[in-house]
Amino acid sequence: MITKEEVEHVGWLARVEIDEKESDVYAEKLNSVLDYFGQLDEVDTKDVPPTYHVMDVVNVFREDVVKESMPQDIVLSNTEHKKEGNFKSPRIM
Amino acid sequence: MVYENPDGVRIGLEVHVQLNKLNTKLFCGCSTDYHNDEPNTHVCPVCLGLPGSLPVINERAVEFAIRIGLALNCEIVEQTQFHRKNYYYPDLPKGFQTTQYDYPIAGKGKVVIEGEDGERVIRITRAHMEEDPGKLQHIGTIEKSKGTLINYNRSGMTLIEIVSEPDMRSPKEARRYLDKLRSILDYLEVFDGDLEGAMRVDANVSVYGGDRAEVKNISSFKGAERALLYEIMRQKNQVRRGEKIVMETRHFDEARGVTISMRTKEEEHDYRYFPEPDLVPLRVADRAPAILKALPELPDAKRERFLQQYGMSGMHARALTTEIKVANFYEEVAAKVDPKDAAVWVADILKGELNYRDLDIDAFAVEDTVAVIGLVTENKITEQSGVEIIRTVLDHGGKPQDIVKERGLLKVEDDIVAQAVEEAINESQEAVADYLAGKEKSLNFIVGKVMQKTKGRADAREAREKVLAKIKG
Repeated sequence: MITKEEVEHVGWLARVEIDEKESDVYAEKLNSVLDYFGQLDEVDTKDVPPTYHVMDVVNVFREDVVKESMPQDIVLSNTEHKKEGNFKSPRIM
Repeated sequence: MVYENPDGVRIGLEVHVQLNKLNTKLFCGCSTDYHNDEPNTHVCPVCLGLPGSLPVINERAVEFAIRIGLALNCEIVEQTQFHRKNYYYPDLPKGFQTTQYDYPIAGKGKVVIEGEDGERVIRITRAHMEEDPGKLQHIGTIEKSKGTLINYNRSGMTLIEIVSEPDMRSPKEARRYLDKLRSILDYLEVFDGDLEGAMRVDANVSVYGGDRAEVKNISSFKGAERALLYEIMRQKNQVRRGEKIVMETRHFDEARGVTISMRTKEEEHDYRYFPEPDLVPLRVADRAPAILKALPELPDAKRERFLQQYGMSGMHARALTTEIKVANFYEEVAAKVDPKDAAVWVADILKGELNYRDLDIDAFAVEDTVAVIGLVTENKITEQSGVEIIRTVLDHGGKPQDIVKERGLLKVEDDIVAQAVEEAINESQEAVADYLAGKEKSLNFIVGKVMQKTKGRADAREAREKVLAKIKG
């Protein structure tokens, strides 16, 4: 069971403001999703090793060779908040 | 002597090592050579976390990680993968850090340090791979900051986080451990420790078996020692006042030399680790034997060999093997002169002069060292002149042979003085007669001649005595 408080905490972790009304709605919705997934718990997986990856592939590498990076103006083109080549955010402690 | 550790201090360190000798970042082909470049010029969709970009692991980064693991006497895990560690902070544009979680690439190792009471084994819990976040810079002071500037050039650089058990009992042991790690990593040629941010330290500290505090934001080894001294004192005072030490994260304020509590609502489970679906697992343990075979001789082994091969003191062996550059320098010198002389000159004299000037061994040439040692051991110059030559080369440049000439440092040998005395007397029969007749000042004339003949390198008093002995004899 997901409580309203947990919804608010998860909201805080993602730095998303969730008001009183919303947290009720999201708690209900999230609980229904969890219930749905809960059906998986009914399957006996005692002797099944956990799956970390859906594809049966390991060791996909690239060589340590430099590729061109993006130009600074393109890098910063998605933000309005920039200063001297940096992204700028509100003050963070 | 056994170290009692009266306050029950336990220190564990987490050391982040940036593998800046790789050509590219961990998951993308952006160059690692950003230290002198404009902000946000070494970034691409992958390390900027743009939607739809796909990370691919740098194979050499994995090999470096295995190399480090093996050098720390770790086991290399059979299979590992990366996880997402979720947290929302602008140093990570993706909203999570790609790191290793339950299966670090290397675990269960050890490092031997010179402890408070002799050799001490510091256990290594694990060494795992992860990506470096970007760099934040506050505008103005931290209290009155109007905003934060973010540079992602560092974002995605390969880090190896080396986690120790809480086996250190004092700030001094912590410092020794850090120095030893640095030494081993230098030997492995996986990073340049002089570059900014190449090694960063977090410390876990507790006293009297109480709860531990984690101290973050330590930016140097000296800083680590200071932060630990402060934190141990703070915890002891807290205990003395009967207050409980709470488990918390504290921030080291380098300028003030204090640690400050960082109230945080985030806890371990809030990171919601889960396997990174964009990367496939790694099965690389089979590479370990070949990498182990190719490992260079490491500091402890080299120290042992120096002791055996060159018959030097334990102190010299340690001093000469801490830095790989110094060890190599020494061996080049020792190949050309008596290795014991070489040990004294490199470890005691040259290193002292270099440290005093904050220079490293590259500032002095092997051939110049050989020349100075040769001049001294062949008795051509005094030891003091040898030191003077080293100082002169370091401060003004030049070659030892030229400096010897310019400064007239060649020692005058006894027989040369004797010969000069002989000649001076022969050429000054009148003065000799005058002296014998009671004109004492005439002696100065003869001694002056001796000094002239030896170009001033004879000892004047010695010359005087020799002249007297000869005349009176």
